[in-house]
Amino acid sequence: MAATDPMLDSGADFRTRLQTWLPKIVLAPSFAIMVIFVYGFIAFTVYLSFTGSRMLPSFDLVGWQNYDRLFRIREWDIAVSNLFVFASLYIVISTIIGLTLAIFLDQKIRGEGILRPIFLYPMALSFIVTGTAWKWFLDPGIGIEHSMHLWGFENFEFDWIKDRDMAVYTIVIAAVWQSSGFVMAMFLAGLRGIDNEILKAAQMDGASNFQMYRRIILPQLRPAFLSAFVILSHLAIKSYDLVIALTGGGPGNATAMPATFMYSYTFTRDQMGIGAASAVIMLMTIAAIMVPYLYAELREKK
Amino acid sequence: MAIASSDNAMRSSNVTRMFIYLVLLLFALFYLLPFGIMLVNSLKPLSEITEGNMIALPREWTIEPWLSAWSTAQIGVEPTGLRPYFINSIAMAVPAVAISTVLGALNGYVLTKWHFRGATWIFGLLLFSCFIPFQIVLIPMARILGILDIAGTTTGLVLVHVVYGIGFSTLYFRNYYAAFPTELVRAAQIDGAGFFQIFWRIMLPSSGPIIAVCCIWQFTNIWNDFLFGASFASGGAAPMTVALNNLVNSSTGVREYNVHFAGAIMAAGPTLLVYIVAGRYFVRGLMAGSVKG
Repeated sequence: MAATDPMLDSGADFRTRLQTWLPKIVLAPSFAIMVIFVYGFIAFTVYLSFTGSRMLPSFDLVGWQNYDRLFRIREWDIAVSNLFVFASLYIVISTIIGLTLAIFLDQKIRGEGILRPIFLYPMALSFIVTGTAWKWFLDPGIGIEHSMHLWGFENFEFDWIKDRDMAVYTIVIAAVWQSSGFVMAMFLAGLRGIDNEILKAAQMDGASNFQMYRRIILPQLRPAFLSAFVILSHLAIKSYDLVIALTGGGPGNATAMPATFMYSYTFTRDQMGIGAASAVIMLMTIAAIMVPYLYAELREKK
Repeated sequence: MAIASSDNAMRSSNVTRMFIYLVLLLFALFYLLPFGIMLVNSLKPLSEITEGNMIALPREWTIEPWLSAWSTAQIGVEPTGLRPYFINSIAMAVPAVAISTVLGALNGYVLTKWHFRGATWIFGLLLFSCFIPFQIVLIPMARILGILDIAGTTTGLVLVHVVYGIGFSTLYFRNYYAAFPTELVRAAQIDGAGFFQIFWRIMLPSSGPIIAVCCIWQFTNIWNDFLFGASFASGGAAPMTVALNNLVNSSTGVREYNVHFAGAIMAAGPTLLVYIVAGRYFVRGLMAGSVKG
């Protein structure tokens, strides 16, 4: 707490008052930026979603018309169901791989110091780089399929990236490659934070390894599971770069996601009102996950 | 990441341990292979990729694709290579990282050591702003950049990244300073030290690790950003990620896979370098990004 010292003489009064105000003055620019660029902008986009804006913003209100139309657009339907398929597989597979690697690495593994950074480095790369790389590995003309043919497996087929029904799974592969190492790091930190004494006691009581993990260790990793879920779902809903670099939303719009939908309706199809409405839906989805989580975190910290 | 030594290790047979090592090595291969393939193919002539095997080593080693990606490849209309865009990204990332880190440090200091009513609310609002989908701010941001007359420029992108970087940088410093002994600040205050003196003489000298974490996190995010770059920086002002995507997805001419791979490694270079040099802090940054400070 900023304490004003009553013993100071009146000559220093201005300085003292300045000192009490200084913290707030320093915080003010960031606060102003946040109010305008985050919450002001959100309000503006919400407002636009109720207007007939097309190429440029307009201010004539049209009620729920944009939302009504949005939910009738087939591409939005596809984007939402793609996101659902992508997000659930991405979250589940990354969590399973991350947890497995963490548990295995935690078994006093020789060379952990080398393995850990190898698992983690993809996280340092841009989704554009990841997408570019995987785009060519998955390309049947030059990538994995081509290599297998040259090795004599003539019937090997792996052309998911060109297949309308399978393309969305290629995004899961690249995304899992990028983030599963990070999930491992979160679980590993969780595992290392568990109190040994409980485990020793359980071991004395004759608990098997499997029982120990199921009954004692996994339940204690709950916070790590929760964090992983929150981070991964947040990444999935925002995913734009990876889709653009890997498939460009294609073939057709087989890999369209809400993020690519929003961009194309707003900036290339001149349907700003609908674009804004789709952005609002995205925000709502993320808020539904983040707000309760952040609220709980902040209360804990107090 | 300070990983405390612990002993969760199972009592396991040799067969189990072999299995564990096997799985770990297979995954190491899964993570390494894509980068290895990129590197190998960036050093091959194009014909070896289209006719040969992507996984094979080059028969004829060449750095031609690297030179082409750097200075002559066609990006958009001009055959400039990636060099000017690499410079754009540096010109964007360095000031954006510096400004957002300084603001984050000051905010964290105020929020923990000069606590006032409503501070938790302000922090909560800042925290939520880290996690909004940026699609929600694209339209008004485009308008504002237009009004400020910095649309399509590096200056515009610096502004955008500072604005949306403050949330995370504040989060880092706030969590770090929360553990800093407040008694020291009080004592300095009684000795007559002012707001900035305390920050400069007491807080900053012990902030090394968190400054590193914050800079690495911000640099990685800003360098790797694509959405803002693609939305707000057109043509010559585009950052590296946007240029790489243009290079790879340009519809004209032969697909020069080797050049694309070389370009991808260039785009990955700076963040990868940071990761190799300061990997420890990188992980800590990622973890703090998961809110747990």
